[in-house]
Amino acid sequence: MITPTHYLLLSMALFTIGLAGVMTRRNIIIVFMSIELMLNAVNINLVAYSAQVQNLVGQVFAIFVMAVAAAEAAVGLGILLAFYRNKETVNIDEMNLMKW
Amino acid sequence: MPYIWAIPLLPGLGALVNGLVGVRVFSRRTAGLVACTAMGAALALSLVAFWQLLGLPAEMRSYDVVVAQWIPSIASATSDGARAALQVPWGFRLDPLSAMMLLVVTGIGTLIHVYSTAYMHDEPRGGVARFFCYLNLFCFFMLLLVLGSNVLVMFVGWEGVGLCSYLLIGYWYEKPSAGDAGKKAFITNRIGDWGFILGIFLLFWTFGTLDFASIQRAASAMPIETGHFGVLSVIALLLFVGATGKSAQIPLFVWLPDAMEGPTPVAALIHAATMVTAGVYMLGRNAVLFSHAPMVLQIVAVVGVLTAFLAATIGLVQNDIKRVLAYSTVSQLGYMFTAVGVGAFSAGAFHLMTHAFFKALLFLGSGSVIHAMAGEQDMRRMGALKRHLPVTFATMTIGALAIAGIPPLAGFFSKDEILYRAFEANRFIWVLAVLTAFMTAFYMFRLVALTFLGAYRGPAWQGDAHGDRAVAGVDAHGHGAWHGPHESPRAMTLPLQLLAAGAVLAGFVGIPAALGGGNAIEHFLAPSFAVAGVHETAGPTGSPGVELGLMLFSVLVAAAGIGLAWKLYVADPEMSERLATRFASAHRLLSRKYYVDEFYNATFIAGTMASGRALWTFDRRVVDGFVNGASWVTMFGSWLSGLTDRAVVDGLVNGIGNRLQQASYTIRRLQTGLVQNYAMLMLFGVFAFVSLYLFVR
Repeated sequence: MITPTHYLLLSMALFTIGLAGVMTRRNIIIVFMSIELMLNAVNINLVAYSAQVQNLVGQVFAIFVMAVAAAEAAVGLGILLAFYRNKETVNIDEMNLMKW
Repeated sequence: MPYIWAIPLLPGLGALVNGLVGVRVFSRRTAGLVACTAMGAALALSLVAFWQLLGLPAEMRSYDVVVAQWIPSIASATSDGARAALQVPWGFRLDPLSAMMLLVVTGIGTLIHVYSTAYMHDEPRGGVARFFCYLNLFCFFMLLLVLGSNVLVMFVGWEGVGLCSYLLIGYWYEKPSAGDAGKKAFITNRIGDWGFILGIFLLFWTFGTLDFASIQRAASAMPIETGHFGVLSVIALLLFVGATGKSAQIPLFVWLPDAMEGPTPVAALIHAATMVTAGVYMLGRNAVLFSHAPMVLQIVAVVGVLTAFLAATIGLVQNDIKRVLAYSTVSQLGYMFTAVGVGAFSAGAFHLMTHAFFKALLFLGSGSVIHAMAGEQDMRRMGALKRHLPVTFATMTIGALAIAGIPPLAGFFSKDEILYRAFEANRFIWVLAVLTAFMTAFYMFRLVALTFLGAYRGPAWQGDAHGDRAVAGVDAHGHGAWHGPHESPRAMTLPLQLLAAGAVLAGFVGIPAALGGGNAIEHFLAPSFAVAGVHETAGPTGSPGVELGLMLFSVLVAAAGIGLAWKLYVADPEMSERLATRFASAHRLLSRKYYVDEFYNATFIAGTMASGRALWTFDRRVVDGFVNGASWVTMFGSWLSGLTDRAVVDGLVNGIGNRLQQASYTIRRLQTGLVQNYAMLMLFGVFAFVSLYLFVR
């Protein structure tokens, strides 16, 4: 029997993997993909609770998150492309323009 | 007579022309001509005015003319609280006294101007114009002094003649001694003027007016201050202090002998005939004040006779021909003050006039001698000049006889009048006056003997008959080598002759009653002194016999003086040397002029200088100290304030900035710009808050 706890464990595992990816990887593309992973971990969480409390708002929220994530991916990849054209790199350690 | 204001103005105009234009463009001849013309015109006007004055009845002989307002009415008050208005017009008055003085000034002034054209012949062109400018300016001020109808106009003239005297004494200003003599004259006169000014203040304070006539009227209404020293006495004493300065009386007589540094015509005009008699004239003008102050008159008489006596003793041993005459002038001025002091105002004025003639004559004669000797003034280096200077010798002898008081020359009448009045007033004064007369006769004939008689003792010249001495080829004369003593040109001898005529004839206007004369001058002058009243109208009380006896006596005294001079300097020249060595200390005392100059130097001048130095030290130490201290304090304060500004204010501002900057260097390290760092921090933050939430609660 699959209980909400299993969903939550899956969601947590996915989120942790995504978080580790964001923290540790040097390639911006992979960081980007890790963020998508974390978003979807949250979506699983939302949908699992939606089923649990019999309320559709959670599922609607998950759809919103996907829509926002798609938009975010579009903008983020655009920025990424522009950055790559300027710097000829996707290494996140060289992206430090945001300091002082 | 409404034109009398023009009399002073003419020489003033001459001075203006010579002073502004003459010094640059005029030749010697033109400058002299301008000056002489101005004086000649003034003389002509004076003669006309005098003639018209004579035409009036005696009691109406006073004419006032106001040319312009000088000081407009200024409200003021007198000592008794009454309201008075200080109002001074440029007013001129012609009355017998000023008319007499007018004729003396313009007449002798004109002659001396003519004489100067020749005497100053060797001066540089501009110098001559400058000389004539001063001389004319002097006459302008002198006539202002004489004609002024109030004290203030007189004072303007008084100060003006002092200025011109200073300028003319220092005419050869390249010579330090001339400059010093000018300063000495000016400063000494200033001391006297201090008294005069105070007298003027007190006059106004007492009477509320400065007009001579008003003062006379007011003062004659006041009681005579016998036995006490009232306000009139104080005024009279202050005025007399002024007169002692101008007329070289004790104690202010020291400047006159030194004034001989000026050109000789200046000595003749200013320091013998006119300016120095201004003091006597001023006393005569204020006769009524002095008549009301018998104690001051006593002082005047004593000062006068002492001056006469002491100056005569100094004159006995002087060797400089002009200095002998200078001391003689001081002595004769003393006579005039004696006359005023015993109340004989018109006798004083009479002597003033005759003295002007013969003393101007003697000075011009000495100028002629000096001219002939190429600048030599020491009588010991002259002698036997009679042969070379016949006209000068003759005229100077007349002058000497006149001053000695030999009848019937001018000096006899005026001097005997004074002696007689002194005899009446005070025997002690009379004795001193007679002794002075004796010495006067002696030193005048010593002068004549040393200069004109005896053996020639001067330097040799080219073509000298004796020929055995070195040739004195000194070009002191402008005519190349000096050709020995020679008679002066006509322009110099003519004034000498005219003045000699004056010295002979001037006395005849004052033949005393004892000799059957009418004493015309006394009657002529009487209206000017009439209000003086008391003394003058009382007149001589002695019998004609006493007067005749005194005359005979004084003539004998004068003859004795002349005889002694003859004995000592012509008959037996060695005897004077023997006397001088025998009475060496007395001789030295006299030739050093009683050490008066040394005394003044040691006391007043040294005292003034010392106090000046003390004040200077005070100035430097204390006043400068204050100022410098204040500036130092200010500078220190500003330095301190600058320091505070830099250290504290700037330090605060910069310190805050620096501190922030330094802090920012450390803190901005946090902003790595690396997204993963930020993300990790957020993660840790979340962990922290969640842990806080879970465990601390």
